[in-house]
Amino acid sequence: MTEPTSSLTQHVRPLPAGAPVVGAAFLAGEPALALADGVVLIGENGAQRRVAAHPEGAILVARSDGGKLVTGGDDGRVVSIGADGSLRDIADEKGRWIDALAMRGGAFAWAAGRRASARDEAGAIRSFEAPTTVRGLCFLPKGYRLALAHYNGVSLWFPNAAAAPSLLEWKGSHLDATVSPDGRFLVTSMQENALHGWRLADARNMRMTGYPGKTRSLSWSHDGHWLATSGADACVVWPFKDKDGPMGKAPRECGVRAARVTQAAFHPRALVVAIGYSDGLALLCRLADGAEILARAPGEGAISALCWDAQGARLLFGLETGAAGLLTLPA
Amino acid sequence: MTDAAREKIPVTVLTGYLGAGKTTLLNRILSEPHGRRYAVIVNEFGEIGIDGDLVVGADEEVFEMNNGCICCTVRGDLIRIIEGLMKRKGKFDAIIVETTGLADPAPVAQTFFVDEDVRNVARLDAVVTIADAKWLAQRLRDAPEAKNQIAFADVIVLNKTDLVSAGELREVEARIRAINPYARLHRAQRCDVAIAEVLERRAFDLDRILDIEPEFLVVDDHDHDHGDPHHAHGLKHYHDEDMQSIGARLEGDVDPDKFMPWINRLTQERGPNILRCKGIVAFKDDPKRFVFQGVHMMLDGEPQRDWRPEEKRESKVVFIGRDLDEDEIREGFLACAA
Repeated sequence: MTEPTSSLTQHVRPLPAGAPVVGAAFLAGEPALALADGVVLIGENGAQRRVAAHPEGAILVARSDGGKLVTGGDDGRVVSIGADGSLRDIADEKGRWIDALAMRGGAFAWAAGRRASARDEAGAIRSFEAPTTVRGLCFLPKGYRLALAHYNGVSLWFPNAAAAPSLLEWKGSHLDATVSPDGRFLVTSMQENALHGWRLADARNMRMTGYPGKTRSLSWSHDGHWLATSGADACVVWPFKDKDGPMGKAPRECGVRAARVTQAAFHPRALVVAIGYSDGLALLCRLADGAEILARAPGEGAISALCWDAQGARLLFGLETGAAGLLTLPA
Repeated sequence: MTDAAREKIPVTVLTGYLGAGKTTLLNRILSEPHGRRYAVIVNEFGEIGIDGDLVVGADEEVFEMNNGCICCTVRGDLIRIIEGLMKRKGKFDAIIVETTGLADPAPVAQTFFVDEDVRNVARLDAVVTIADAKWLAQRLRDAPEAKNQIAFADVIVLNKTDLVSAGELREVEARIRAINPYARLHRAQRCDVAIAEVLERRAFDLDRILDIEPEFLVVDDHDHDHGDPHHAHGLKHYHDEDMQSIGARLEGDVDPDKFMPWINRLTQERGPNILRCKGIVAFKDDPKRFVFQGVHMMLDGEPQRDWRPEEKRESKVVFIGRDLDEDEIREGFLACAA
């Protein structure tokens, strides 16, 4: 268990955020941080714009597609923020907390308690009342369809269809949901310190256990063959290339340290994963040989957000204490 | 108390049967000038709300943990809400969770044993049960939820004492004591109990399990003196048909190799019936007191401060639960002698 010897920390520019960082994104190339105090910070240090996306509120969740950032708040609002700082109200659930969000193209989905809602590109909103609180949701790659994680399983919902959603059952409390880029596998993180997966073609179950803590960060590799996860003292990376997914295979462990992994983000073009830890350290790890490069020395609390730009040339990270930084990889 | 424990947000669970006065007490807590800021998790959203306090509506979703432990239920919504509240860290000093009148306090308490993320940021302070002096005796007969709430409590506020006679009051207090002789009991009218007696009690703090003597005769009579300073001696002794508290005491040392397997097995086998347990144990050749507490099958224990020279090395355990076998527990504990 050694700390990485090579370092890129001299290529990091600090980006003081001043409030816990909930999410990180690049909006048309500009770094953007969603903060717990309701503010979205856009731009590099010295030229930052503060956008009050949720005045008087807290941002609970943030998602981005690289063009816009969408935030959910404890004020009940879903807001879309453009690279120019423009705000667009997507939904208002009248004070109910929005803590699950998804977006794809011009469509958005959010959850407030048991009710999940989807808004299509034309602005039409449909809602579905799940059996219990919807903790995580994501769009499936094909069609206008959503996966909603809740207690005892996941509902697959076509917002525009009259039919009741189909249910993938597995006992326990499901938190976050993610679908592989090819749409073959659905994976949830669970209250019970495990991941659960389904092969969507036949609803075959996959159990991924052994985590000492909850997994709250999940990231697919660019080729869709690997899923990097938080929740252990290493970034646990599961193989999803074969038709059985990770069944019967051991995961890779990247960046083994004496600290809990809190964030994982695969590079958009290479099999390199950025890993953030509970002690504030961040590193890059190459999947092929496990080689590590330090991106941030430990300190100032846990890494709470990690994001690559579209080219994979810059890495934006934020901490729960309000520190943040932008790493530009040397050319 | 460690520094980490001091930084964690205290959480008070406010329970009580329908109409006992939970909302009255909550409104008092929020409106009195005490300089503390509370985040309040309520079930009926919008019913209360005072400027400067955070009021969050909850769905009271009780989940069974998928970990092979049959009675391990948690409040899923509470895990989610505490995670969200931490985004506003620094904006409040403490959290109050109001449960519905029919709620079992166990899932709330177990949430703090089971969920690591919750444990890292918040600590359970106390379970406070509001009871209606006029109707409690009847509720104890016809509502198992009411009995659970009394059995589970660290603090009991016996409200509406002005609506009953002195005799009826003694009667209902004796009923409470038959179930739970260890809770602090306060008489109140319109919930006029001192806030300090209800909040920030540290009842679940292992450092505070200093003394677990029952309060059979210690009735807090502040400002409700009924003119009979000796009334407490008139307490009748009741035995509740199905809910008991069992205390056992062992002079001299305990063998940890006997005690640990015994307490683990007992809470595994009898966990569904054991609502609360706690104890202070003197392990042989160990200068430190071992303290533990538990909720159903969940146990939490650690070596604490040294035994003081003037202190008698004496071990005490207490169990509150339903249909407990007193002989089994007492003999099992005594057999752990070193």
